[in-house]
Amino acid sequence: MAEVKSNKELFNVSVSPHIRSEESVSKIMWTVNLTLAPAALFGVYHFGLNALMIILLGIVSAVFFEWAVEKIRKKPITIKDGSAFLTGLLLAMCLPPTLPAWMAIVGSFIAIVVAKHAMGGIGSNIFNPAHIGRAALMVSWPVAMTTWSKMTTSVPDVVSSATPLNILKQQGYDALISTFGSASNMYQAMFLGNRSGSIGETCTVLLVLGGLFLIYKKYINWQVPVVMIGTVGILTWIFGPAGFLTGDPLFHMMAGGLIIGAFFMATDMVTIPITIKGQIIFAFGAGVLTTLIRLKGGYPEGVCYAILLMNCLTPLIDRFCQPKKFGVRG
Amino acid sequence: MKNYWQIFKKGIVAENPIFVLALSLCPALAVTSSATTALTMGLSVMFVISMNNIVVSLTRKVVNPKVRVPVYITSIATIVTVVQLVLQAYAPDLYDALGIYLALIVVFAIILARAESFASKNKVVPSFFDGFGMGSGFCVALVIIGIIRELLGAGSIFGVKILGDWYNAPLIMILPAGGFILIGYLVAAWKILTTHMEKKQAERGEA
Repeated sequence: MAEVKSNKELFNVSVSPHIRSEESVSKIMWTVNLTLAPAALFGVYHFGLNALMIILLGIVSAVFFEWAVEKIRKKPITIKDGSAFLTGLLLAMCLPPTLPAWMAIVGSFIAIVVAKHAMGGIGSNIFNPAHIGRAALMVSWPVAMTTWSKMTTSVPDVVSSATPLNILKQQGYDALISTFGSASNMYQAMFLGNRSGSIGETCTVLLVLGGLFLIYKKYINWQVPVVMIGTVGILTWIFGPAGFLTGDPLFHMMAGGLIIGAFFMATDMVTIPITIKGQIIFAFGAGVLTTLIRLKGGYPEGVCYAILLMNCLTPLIDRFCQPKKFGVRG
Repeated sequence: MKNYWQIFKKGIVAENPIFVLALSLCPALAVTSSATTALTMGLSVMFVISMNNIVVSLTRKVVNPKVRVPVYITSIATIVTVVQLVLQAYAPDLYDALGIYLALIVVFAIILARAESFASKNKVVPSFFDGFGMGSGFCVALVIIGIIRELLGAGSIFGVKILGDWYNAPLIMILPAGGFILIGYLVAAWKILTTHMEKKQAERGEA
């Protein structure tokens, strides 16, 4: 018996895979949470206490609902893996800062219970849970979801109660520039986040840095954000307000929820196609839809609906982007 | 008699048109934003489906199978017209609230399905009970959906205010999206209920 044991130590026979990655769902999720944190903290600093309340309530209720549903479904409790935390955080970051904070709880309920667990739990959801939560809130309380606050801090002369995209939709491009003073002022404000908007979407620079870190860690593919943001930029430039090639791509690329959507929502591993080719198609479609809604639709911003609509198409895209089998002709 | 009771009960629980057969979901979404319209629609369908099953059953030996669908439709349309005129005369408000969906009862899947699969093969009395049971099941389902949607979406039931002014009603429950999600959850609840009942029945059978 002893001999067999030592043999086993010497010639350890196991089935593949032999080399395992250090990565796990939990590690990836907590990293994404960390990369989002700076932008979320900036949102709290920028918009004040109610924003903090929304973020906290969103996260706590999302984790609670995850726990409760898994308890009811008699599944292993996975609240420590950070996925529910991430859903709550992403949802809160997409909400306007003046929203009554309890609505964040309703949003988390829709996101976790309806969009995630009714579909089968982590890894089985068709739609991005955070965006479903936001869309449901948008449909349920349209007035509260489109009321934007004045900022509590920062430069007083850029204070405005409407989001830049709202101003653009209702009053046009010139009015947009004049609210910020000048075009370069506007770009600077959009880049640093000194504008009104959802809690976590305003600070372009922090979101991009977070996204770049995720790309560096290879948690997301660079193609998705680049293609999605690029598509929106090119299309808004071509179909500008004063005819062809007169648009302002830089503004559109930094406005609304595009940056956070492209880096953190459109790259959600579960709800986008598997292959790189499929992901590029996904990102392109999301970019086209975002531009369409922004320029022609009734809403000022379309990232949320664009990503949800492309989520519907994910199984189809996957079907057409199957890699060729190795060694098989045709 | 026990047999008829079985046929009747089947339509309400085990083969509920909305929650189990998933037929006629369109009206189940369209008219259930308030409990009153849901109840009216349910009762109308209950009447139409019972009467139509009697007519179809009576004529089952006369009608050539090749032309059965036009015959069914004609019969249903006649009964629906009666319902429409009665509602228009005695409850014009409800008639307006139901709008086009009242006339659309003519093409409800559940009515044609029962005529085709039951009434055309069975005698008059069982056919009546089948239609009555199915109609009741449809009505019960509609009222359940209507009550929940009205309570959550407007804070009232049958037009009576239940929740106070503090209640900030989410519009989604009045819109079709909320109706779809609710029906999904009710289907699941119905499944739990029927599985539980079957288990109990099996236990009783063993004991």
